[in-house]
Amino acid sequence: MKIKLIDIAHGRSGDKGDAANVGIIAYDDKGYEIIKQHLTVERVKKHFEGICFGKVERFEMPNIRALNFLLLNTLGGGGTVSLKHDAQGKTLAAALLRMEIEI
Amino acid sequence: MKDKIRIASGSGFWGDLQSIPLQQVTKGQIDYLMMDFLAEVTMSIMQKQKKRNPAAGYAKDLIQIMKDLLPYIAEKNIKVITNGGGANPMGCVEEIVKCAHKQGIKGLKIGVVTGDDILDSLDDLLKHGAGLDNMESGQHIKDVKERLISANVYFGARPIVEALKKGAQIIITGRTTDTSLTYAPMIHEFKWAWDDWDKLAAGVIAGHILECGGQASGGNFLSDWKSVPDLAHIGFPIAEAYPNGEIVITKHENTGGMVSVDTVSEQLMYEIGDPTNYITPECVADFTSIKLEQLEKDRVRVYGIKGKPATDLFKVSMAYNDGYTAIGSLTYSWPDALEKAKKADEILRTRLSDLGLKFDEIRTEFLGVNACHGPLALKQDEINEVVLRIGVRSNHHHDVEAFAKEIAPLILTGPPSVTGFAGGRPKPNEVIAYWPALMPKKLVKPEVQIVEL
Repeated sequence: MKIKLIDIAHGRSGDKGDAANVGIIAYDDKGYEIIKQHLTVERVKKHFEGICFGKVERFEMPNIRALNFLLLNTLGGGGTVSLKHDAQGKTLAAALLRMEIEI
Repeated sequence: MKDKIRIASGSGFWGDLQSIPLQQVTKGQIDYLMMDFLAEVTMSIMQKQKKRNPAAGYAKDLIQIMKDLLPYIAEKNIKVITNGGGANPMGCVEEIVKCAHKQGIKGLKIGVVTGDDILDSLDDLLKHGAGLDNMESGQHIKDVKERLISANVYFGARPIVEALKKGAQIIITGRTTDTSLTYAPMIHEFKWAWDDWDKLAAGVIAGHILECGGQASGGNFLSDWKSVPDLAHIGFPIAEAYPNGEIVITKHENTGGMVSVDTVSEQLMYEIGDPTNYITPECVADFTSIKLEQLEKDRVRVYGIKGKPATDLFKVSMAYNDGYTAIGSLTYSWPDALEKAKKADEILRTRLSDLGLKFDEIRTEFLGVNACHGPLALKQDEINEVVLRIGVRSNHHHDVEAFAKEIAPLILTGPPSVTGFAGGRPKPNEVIAYWPALMPKKLVKPEVQIVEL
């Protein structure tokens, strides 16, 4: 069965210099097990191909059923250096929630 | 000792809703109002303003806000804490004093926190082992030292607590951390020890929830955003703090927005790195220890928080000049909107190259098509319009200026059905690049002064 990440999770993203932070929060325990299993560093890196040009770091926050991702080298230099319309990565949580997962 | 205190958020950034501070003070009971005005490069913008005019260099909006608040501060016994003093806290205080005199307000104490500005003492600090290499890239400070516009230490709650002890009712600081504005009152009121890491961490997390204003009470809410009531009249978050380190996040009744486990969770995720090591000047907070519970409508309990000892380093925020950028845009309509925009981009790039202009980067985005999500964007066969957005960056002002002159001609010499050039020629912007660093705490000391009205 294919599910959309946006149906089981929400989140928020922002900037840390040239890196974007993307936080994904599952709505329930079952959802957290799914994101914990499927949102691997490799899968997220592949999802952001053409957007994230650096390493992806992943942190687990089981207390709020969340995963935090740091996408390095993603914001075109970050801050006022960046020529990107979304220089602060504010729309990248939504971009990750577009993912479809086979369960 | 009070059995609880209520700390309200009045501003999430320099330019936030002007009506909020007064709303927080008048729509219900609070003890403290905190207002954050400083983002990463804000200090450098303020430093530039101060260079042009020695009386400037702080968040100007703060003066009107303080005019509104001054009559209530004494009457309701509310304390106001803000880092809106920016690059010129004393200049800001002088202006507030003038307002107070005009309003006939007397007997208030204003605390001023300075000492964070280390731009003029850099050589000396470096000699004493300040380090200051870029903590993200590892680049050496000497690469940018001559181009620095600002250099500020992030102080924490200590100088704010000192000002509160001295009886200050208004505290205006330079670069203090956003979170310290919220937890300094807790340390002061509940006499928390400086090594009570769990309680300090609880205060820090309350600060993280409050520091972006409405983002914790229904603004920018990615979950069920349509369910958030009355965003037009959004109520900003309030942290109700208890002596044992428990926090309840809430907002005033009869305001819009909402406070739920989901809105608070989203704010907890904002701009964090390793959640087990959220480093502040006073402690290291562990975000994986936070427990959230919806007590009732618009009340979320935040508890169970663990902290670790502080490091012996301060974070330093520096900014330096790094060339120029300009960004222009044109709108193309149906039919073949995207094809036209792509053709215009190609023509423009050819002309820039014919002119022999050199750029570090030329970036083209198609707003309405894929600017935000790049290759992940939906493919649509037919769109009604698209905005071609093209930006350049270079160390040469001339090249950036020359680029700006090439946008408008595309209207008469490029693909058809084009509009959206009402703003005129884009202006070259000076790029202010951010340089985060660390330095030993022992090398610098905050100064606290009290000005009496």
